[in-house]
Amino acid sequence: MTTRIEVPNRPSPRLRWALTDSWTMTERALAHWARQPWLVVTGLAFPLLILAMFLYLFGGGMTVPGGGDYRDFLVPGVFAVTMFFGVEATMTAVNADAARGVTERFRSMPMSPSATVAGRALADLLFSLLVLAILIGAGLLVGWDWHAGLGNALQAFALLLLLRFAFIWVGIYLGLLVGSQEGIATVQILVWPFAALSSVFTSPEDMPGWLGAIAEWNPLSATLHATRELFGNPGATGGSWVTEHAELMALLWPLAIIAVFFPLSVRAYRALGN
Amino acid sequence: MNSTGLAVEALGLRKRYGEKEALAGIDLRVPWGSVRGLLGPNGAGKTTTVQALTTLRRFDAGSATVAGFDVRREPARVRARIGLVGQSAAVDEVLGGAQNLALFGRLYHLDRATARRRADELLEQFGLADAGRKPVGTYSGGMRRRLDLAASLILAPPVLFLDEPTTGLDPRGRNEVWQSIRELAAAGTTVLLTTQYLEEADQLCDQISLIDEGRVIAEGSPGELKARLDRDYIAVVVRDADSVSAAAEIVGRLAVAIPEIDAERRVITAPVRNSVGGLTDVVRALGDARIEAEDIALRRPTLDEVFLHLTGNERSIEEVAA
Repeated sequence: MTTRIEVPNRPSPRLRWALTDSWTMTERALAHWARQPWLVVTGLAFPLLILAMFLYLFGGGMTVPGGGDYRDFLVPGVFAVTMFFGVEATMTAVNADAARGVTERFRSMPMSPSATVAGRALADLLFSLLVLAILIGAGLLVGWDWHAGLGNALQAFALLLLLRFAFIWVGIYLGLLVGSQEGIATVQILVWPFAALSSVFTSPEDMPGWLGAIAEWNPLSATLHATRELFGNPGATGGSWVTEHAELMALLWPLAIIAVFFPLSVRAYRALGN
Repeated sequence: MNSTGLAVEALGLRKRYGEKEALAGIDLRVPWGSVRGLLGPNGAGKTTTVQALTTLRRFDAGSATVAGFDVRREPARVRARIGLVGQSAAVDEVLGGAQNLALFGRLYHLDRATARRRADELLEQFGLADAGRKPVGTYSGGMRRRLDLAASLILAPPVLFLDEPTTGLDPRGRNEVWQSIRELAAAGTTVLLTTQYLEEADQLCDQISLIDEGRVIAEGSPGELKARLDRDYIAVVVRDADSVSAAAEIVGRLAVAIPEIDAERRVITAPVRNSVGGLTDVVRALGDARIEAEDIALRRPTLDEVFLHLTGNERSIEEVAA
């Protein structure tokens, strides 16, 4: 059998290739999860454990800024931190392909070059949507609720997925940049202080001044602040500029991250050919 | 297809990584339907050459045409006409063999049904049909390499690149891969493979390009290359270990280079210019000195010896590779 595939020159069939190839790559990631359901389970167990741990173990000692129920304060935090920690999954998957030479095979094929990363981004976003849906269910089970209408709640979910989308590009960039498993481990450790230095579990107002300022400016806090407001959950207090403009910041931060890391990812991918 | 009638043509390929010049002007002309071996030690520039020709790596200077298309100007058209098997088996470990081939088929823009049918055909062809559903992570090294080879043949490309296709395989896996390469070549596929195994180049290739320090230092069929070393080798096995040095002295007097001595196996090897005459001289001289020989043989040089001779290096290819 000899099949000759003609490579399109014109933009519209090229775009069609980019879209179908991206979807094929997305399907590949979905097939991975179907083959390794335990990875899906552990991926879900982690945020659920955090939820249980902070709610039942530390919850008694926590105070909510401005008063209110700690559950209502915590659950959006778990949403946000889960979206953020997704950066590790993206990075590990991208790195594994590059290390095993699979990326090299893709690059030697007449497929759309953008599809390898675009497929990864779409797959991770779909997975995050599933995780978020399950976390919402878990949140409702432990007594969390939104109090400002479904429309606002949906906006909040959209902001959370936007945050995840932004960190997908960070993950792709780091996955291509970091050569070794040791590098991966380093990044996996560094995500913790990044998450802790936010308003996920405690309020920046309770931190020392300079630390609180960093925590307030953390992109994670921006999304979180905005979602707490949109859910009508407590904790969306504070008089600083960042907290006053939380929804704006929850848009600006992810867009800024994408503006930086999308071109960096493209450049790192191209640099594979240097 | 190609006005020059060549499947692969490279002219003066240069590539520099910082201080190191990986390619120092590689020239290659590979006719359609032939099997070409790039033979050389680790770091000679074999892999970089393959990566440059398969559009994976930019080169600094020179030009390259593969399957009739300029590698730099029309990389996508080149990619549609080549298959590449890299050094590490580049297949998805999590997915099954059939899933892998169907995935790559889809990425080659076959429709779903054709991709699946082609996957089954290739699994059958490479003796992987029974393992098709199992995850590739459970495959042996030879199976994985065959799947990798199958994945690069989805479009039945006219030009196939193989970068050290048998490195890391046991003898059985190596034979399986060799057999597949022979079948492809017999069916008319142009093959360019790199290897650091002389035997592999000898077994598979019509033409060999010896590569050292980013340059092609010699080219020809295995027989021609061996003939370039205008001498045969004489090997003497003496009966008595005590007479090894005396025998070596005699052989050394008649040979054109200092003999190599393997004291443990009592073997003395040296190149001689006039092969039959050299053999008689050695036999006579050993008899005069009353040194008893267990065996005396004349043989053609190995590719390793050709390589050493041409590079003027004391190291052998496989020593450097080890």
